Amino acid sequence: MIEVRHLTKRYGSTLAVDDLNFTIEKGQIYGFLGPNGAGKSTTMNIITGYIASTDGTVTIDGHDILENPEAAKKNIGYLPELPPLYFDMTVEEYLLFAAELKKIPKKERASQLADICALTKVEEVRHRLIKNLSKGYRQRVGLAQALLGYPEILILDEPTVGLDPKQILEIRNLIKTLGKSHTVILSSHILSEVSAVCDYVLIISHGKLVASDTPDNLSKLMQGTSSLLLTVKSSQEDLENLLNTIPAVQEFHFTDCEEKDCVKAEIKTEPSADIRELLFYRLAEAGLPILGMQLVHLSLEDIFLELTADDTQSFTESASSIDQKGENLDDLHM
Amino acid sequence: MICICKRELKNFFDSMTGWVFCAFLLLMTGIYFTAYNLNYGYPLFSYTLSAITFLFLITAPVLTMRTLAEERKQKTDQLLLTSPVTVWQIVGGKYLALVGVFLVPILILCFYPLILSQYGTISFASTYVALLGFFLLGCTSLSVGLFFSSLTESQIIAAVGTFAALLVCYLMQGISGFFPETAGASFFSLVVLVLLFCFFIYHMTQSILLPLIIGIIGEGILTALYLLRQSIFEGIIQKILNLFNISGHFSNFTDGMLDFTGIIYYLSFIGIMLFLTVQTIQKRRWN
Repeated sequence: MIEVRHLTKRYGSTLAVDDLNFTIEKGQIYGFLGPNGAGKSTTMNIITGYIASTDGTVTIDGHDILENPEAAKKNIGYLPELPPLYFDMTVEEYLLFAAELKKIPKKERASQLADICALTKVEEVRHRLIKNLSKGYRQRVGLAQALLGYPEILILDEPTVGLDPKQILEIRNLIKTLGKSHTVILSSHILSEVSAVCDYVLIISHGKLVASDTPDNLSKLMQGTSSLLLTVKSSQEDLENLLNTIPAVQEFHFTDCEEKDCVKAEIKTEPSADIRELLFYRLAEAGLPILGMQLVHLSLEDIFLELTADDTQSFTESASSIDQKGENLDDLHM
Repeated sequence: MICICKRELKNFFDSMTGWVFCAFLLLMTGIYFTAYNLNYGYPLFSYTLSAITFLFLITAPVLTMRTLAEERKQKTDQLLLTSPVTVWQIVGGKYLALVGVFLVPILILCFYPLILSQYGTISFASTYVALLGFFLLGCTSLSVGLFFSSLTESQIIAAVGTFAALLVCYLMQGISGFFPETAGASFFSLVVLVLLFCFFIYHMTQSILLPLIIGIIGEGILTALYLLRQSIFEGIIQKILNLFNISGHFSNFTDGMLDFTGIIYYLSFIGIMLFLTVQTIQKRRWN
């Protein structure tokens, strides 16, 4: 369906996309994941032919986007980060214009428009000026525009940004429905969204593809690298000495503890080693009461942080983020 | 292309811009028409037309400034450029819409000679030739405005740029008079021009080889020509500068002459402006 080969984009001296390679198969929902400025939007802009790449090729259904742009663009519906809306038109005028631009035969326009307006739930605002619409509706009008002509590929750049929780759920459900009949690529920096909606995840960082797999496989891949959060009533030294005697402990570091006379440690162990019982007895022997102990499996979020963080700091960063946010990261984003 | 043109036209007449443009042009023409033709009883409508060419300095920038600058600012160019249309179709559609708006006052102006004919005999042929010249001059000004609109995201900069460029074009006859006509001075100016051109190419491509080759060949030819036949350099700067004197050909039309060189001149000027507009948009996509 879409073949991206050695894609590189340079803005002056900054490298926005660096030798990106991937293939998009038909009929699946792909999630494009990366922190801000990772090159998601740039990549999408190149795939849709809005900007040209410095190097590399994008082939859509066998048509090169630069050599045969019209044939290639016909297969794509694109919702950019900021929906490209003309504020001084009504929704209906705008969609009719987009339909004409996409060369939809005149006979089909009216019926297609009605179907798509129903699908994206913009019927009630059809005759209103776009400048008077709320952000959620504007986003939906943008989505309706992308859907016109029922292109085989839908490319959605951060489709849920700026929407309220109810709208986010609605749009996600809509994307899931669309994923049954279309190939969808959506970008996001929100993990819960990608893991909830996508069949396949592409994680990019600094313009490079760092991982690509199904959400489940990604979690499995990183399993074993779990960590233990421990709060003990002791001095830092005592705990440090004790931990050094346990061979299964690979590394640990201390974090701030709110309670007095306590230390909090984040411990990384060997894969599949469960040291909780051992710790309990050892600490009990030493007379150091355990106040809290929690096993933390790496969620997609941690994998993401791990993969996209700058090399050496990666573990510290992901660890501290677990500390701050706890396990229910998903709720934060909902 | 047609749908882009339709949308632009609708936009011009849904908003005030199109109406204000037409009204302003008609108001000014009306004032001059009343003064020259009705009050003083001067029989030539072309006299009025040549008196109001300065209006394009104001109206063309105002009408064109939004056209491409606004698309870029609002990011709506993403819709156009990711749709199955070529950049030529986008620019062509936009330009046709501008010409379409301009056609409204022109069509109304077509009735003015009929009014005049009530009071005596006038030459319709020469009057309408003058009107054709006026139309072509206006279209050329619009193409300059379109080009400047593609250069920037800011409507103000586009308008000021268009105004400045058109003003220089209108004053070109006077400006070209500042330059000496002698062969030596022309040779010197051309040498500087070639150097500037090479620097421009270097700036665009960031490679040293191409501008170096062009520079050496260009300066070589110039020097050889200057040594062999000095006479061809006389007044050459004036000739080059006068290519930009867009109102120069207009005087032939107001004299009642159907100036084919003038028509071709205007059409090629428009063509080059549209070409540059397309190239500007393309270049931005590649940057």
